[in-house]
Amino acid sequence: MKKRYLFIALILLSLLSLFVGVTRISPVDLLDFNSEETQIFLISRVPRLVAIVLAGMGMAIAGLIMQSLSRNKFVSPTTAGTLDATKLGILVSMMIFVNATMLERMIVAFIFALAGTLLFMQILNRIKFKDAIFIPLIGMMFGNILNSITTFFAYKADIIQNLSTWMQGDFSTILKGRYELLYISVPILIISYFYANRFTVAGMGEDFAKNLGIGYKRIVNFGLILVALISVTVVLTVGVIPFVGLIIPNIISIFKGDNLQKTLPHTAMLGAVFLLFCDILGRLIIYPYEISISLMVGVLGSAIFLVLLIRGRAYAKQ
Amino acid sequence: MRSNKVKIIIMLLLIAVLTVLYVFQDLNGSYHYALPRRLIKVLAMALTGVAIAYATVTFQTISHNRILTPSIMGLDSLYMLVQTAIIFIFGSMSVLILSQMLNFFISLIAMVVFALLLYHFMFKGDGQPIYFLLLVGIIVGTFLGSLTTFLQVLIDPNEFMNVQDKMFASFNNVNSDLVWIALLIVVGTIAIGWTKLKELDVLTLGRDNARNLGVNYDGVVRTMLVLSAILIATSTALVGPITFFGLIVANLSYQFFNTYKHSVTITGAILFSLIALIGGQWVIERVFSFSTTLSVIINFIGGIYFIYLLLKESRSS
Amino acid sequence: MIAVKELTKVFGKKKVVDTVNVTIHPGKITSFIGPNGAGKSTLLSMVSRLMNADSGEVLLDSSDVKAFKSNEFAKRVSILKQSNFMNVRLTIRELVSFGRFPYSKGRLTSEDEKMVDQALDYMNLVEMQDSFLDELSGGQRQRAFIAMVIAQDTEYVLLDEPLNNLDMKHSVQIMRILRRLVDDLGKTVVIVLHDINFASVYSDRIVALKDGRVVKDGPTNDIINTESLKDIYDMNIPIQEINDCRICVYFDSK
Repeated sequence: MKKRYLFIALILLSLLSLFVGVTRISPVDLLDFNSEETQIFLISRVPRLVAIVLAGMGMAIAGLIMQSLSRNKFVSPTTAGTLDATKLGILVSMMIFVNATMLERMIVAFIFALAGTLLFMQILNRIKFKDAIFIPLIGMMFGNILNSITTFFAYKADIIQNLSTWMQGDFSTILKGRYELLYISVPILIISYFYANRFTVAGMGEDFAKNLGIGYKRIVNFGLILVALISVTVVLTVGVIPFVGLIIPNIISIFKGDNLQKTLPHTAMLGAVFLLFCDILGRLIIYPYEISISLMVGVLGSAIFLVLLIRGRAYAKQ
Repeated sequence: MRSNKVKIIIMLLLIAVLTVLYVFQDLNGSYHYALPRRLIKVLAMALTGVAIAYATVTFQTISHNRILTPSIMGLDSLYMLVQTAIIFIFGSMSVLILSQMLNFFISLIAMVVFALLLYHFMFKGDGQPIYFLLLVGIIVGTFLGSLTTFLQVLIDPNEFMNVQDKMFASFNNVNSDLVWIALLIVVGTIAIGWTKLKELDVLTLGRDNARNLGVNYDGVVRTMLVLSAILIATSTALVGPITFFGLIVANLSYQFFNTYKHSVTITGAILFSLIALIGGQWVIERVFSFSTTLSVIINFIGGIYFIYLLLKESRSS
Repeated sequence: MIAVKELTKVFGKKKVVDTVNVTIHPGKITSFIGPNGAGKSTLLSMVSRLMNADSGEVLLDSSDVKAFKSNEFAKRVSILKQSNFMNVRLTIRELVSFGRFPYSKGRLTSEDEKMVDQALDYMNLVEMQDSFLDELSGGQRQRAFIAMVIAQDTEYVLLDEPLNNLDMKHSVQIMRILRRLVDDLGKTVVIVLHDINFASVYSDRIVALKDGRVVKDGPTNDIINTESLKDIYDMNIPIQEINDCRICVYFDSK
């Protein structure tokens, strides 16, 4: 899986994404800056593309960092309760701070996401039975539990359907002015690239990291903060997008190994490509209506994850 | 273990007291209307409690784990999808929603067929680790969940109230015919399972040791998995999902009775669940007159208890 | 008598056990030795029916082991594997009582209780029989599991690396007990061993495996010599005789 091909795929899918939609827009229309087509293009299509690319890259990198730090290939925001903790955080911010701004909501949700992920890592750190498959099982159960707490409060406040709408990952509501929070993930992506080596070393274990003179705890905490930030910005602007953080790093790892500095760009690009692909497919299948990205990714993602699981087992048996 | 017998007797007495309180308090002489309704409700709670307790304890033995419940294998998600899809496609006035009998059987059959397919697919080779099966189940559950969410968003907000009713287990408005049918299923299933309890005791020693002692390990695991799926499906189809209830009662029973014998731990878990359900319902209806359904609170408490269990397990190592 | 005929097991593409023919002689201790990955444990698992063979057969008194009912087989052959992970708190006595399961199906008769007492006595566990397994040291726990197998009262006792993680004292203790099982009670013991000197001193026969094949099979004295050991381990190992024991000096100080 060469970087070049991924890049070409990314460009092609991006162009496709810009020109697929209910309103037919041809590149010629864009020459006239004041035309209706140009306005739709700038207000809806471009923001949507940017949002998809950033969300895809962000979730993939978040998964990669988590897998590296936890030393388990099946740990990701989906399978460690991060997304569910974010959900709970958003609910709390909706209930307690009714008129909260986006930023305030983000801060509350961030605190929850970080706390949830830290809690899970604590459990992981000290659990006795470290089976590669048992850990994500516990993680998903942990997520279900957080969900049941969220449901409890949502039920009391009678906002279950609202919450479903909120949480459903959906790019069709992305318009200019409603997605800019996602730009936070740009500096995070850059920072994680510079920290890649340290994440790789931390992934080899506490003793190993200490031996190389790297502050293990600090790196792990720093990585988890990045993960929580990415998850929160994505969930707040787009909604829950499951599985991307789980499957994309695994696919890249099969081809490229686990040296983060080497695999990070691939992972980011494949994340964006995968999400673009799902989004375009979702827009075309029941045209002119849309299938939400959550559902598309849920279907494709769970299928791919199952294949990875079965493959991994066949591999482990030899 | 004489002390365990005493404990069981005390719990039985407590259940009897709670049942009498629940059935007769504020009855105001309504022997023809309220009394039979309350009795049916108690029976429904008892059935649910027995089914969930039995299924969870056996399931945890099979999976060599005390922090998992059979509901996570996608059964609850499937139930929600079936209910949401019916309302989405046919509307809340459809016969499928209005006829509880029809709805019960559709849900029950869907869940049991789902579990059987999952097992069939997973147990093709020999010695498949059970965690793999569970992870596949929970992923399929997530997938069904995203489908359900998708439908829920599209549903008319007025119709959504009907979906929401189905999201939480409720003992109100349980159809009395259904309770009798469920009683037959639960009693039958447990009768089949009861002969295997001694073998379950041996299963706690692990696969190799159990096989060394002449127990058909894979056979027992499969039988018990099917039985616990049937029990969970019956209870879910009857009153709705209470995902984490089994977790609480099973672990309370392990702690309280401290034995490996399933005849004791299962009985204990059943007694705890009866106390929790009948007692909980009594507190909610008669003492506090809460509007919340019991299952929402149980799931909430069960969730917190699970996190406590996880942290406790990590501290003890 | 147990006879292994043309037994083969394949994992992926690797033949872990490759057309093995071995006879287990009754009333003797037979040790399986060989380098890591030689297929010793896999062979033992197939003999004890824990694992199915891909081809070949294992005969117990000239009938295929697969033909036995699980329960009947458990009265004749017992196996103890290395890993005994449990999440249930059991006392030693409860564990040893499980050894009677093939006979009593969990309802112990007074006969069964007597067998349990004897097994506990045999392994010196009577005083601590009510202690919980998770409170014991590795050596004590291993003795408890062996007591369970003794209570099972089978002609054949198969053990997969029972000395793993044990110190010298406990290792010697366990080997002495196994010796007594054979000499006093007339059992047949098959044991996978890592340390060649335990095999040399305590066993009657040795089967040496390498890459899934039997390279040597015979009485201990025929195997423990520099020449044979070279074929098995690709090492030059001098033998020293001390107090009638043949000790393999595989340490190379240069």
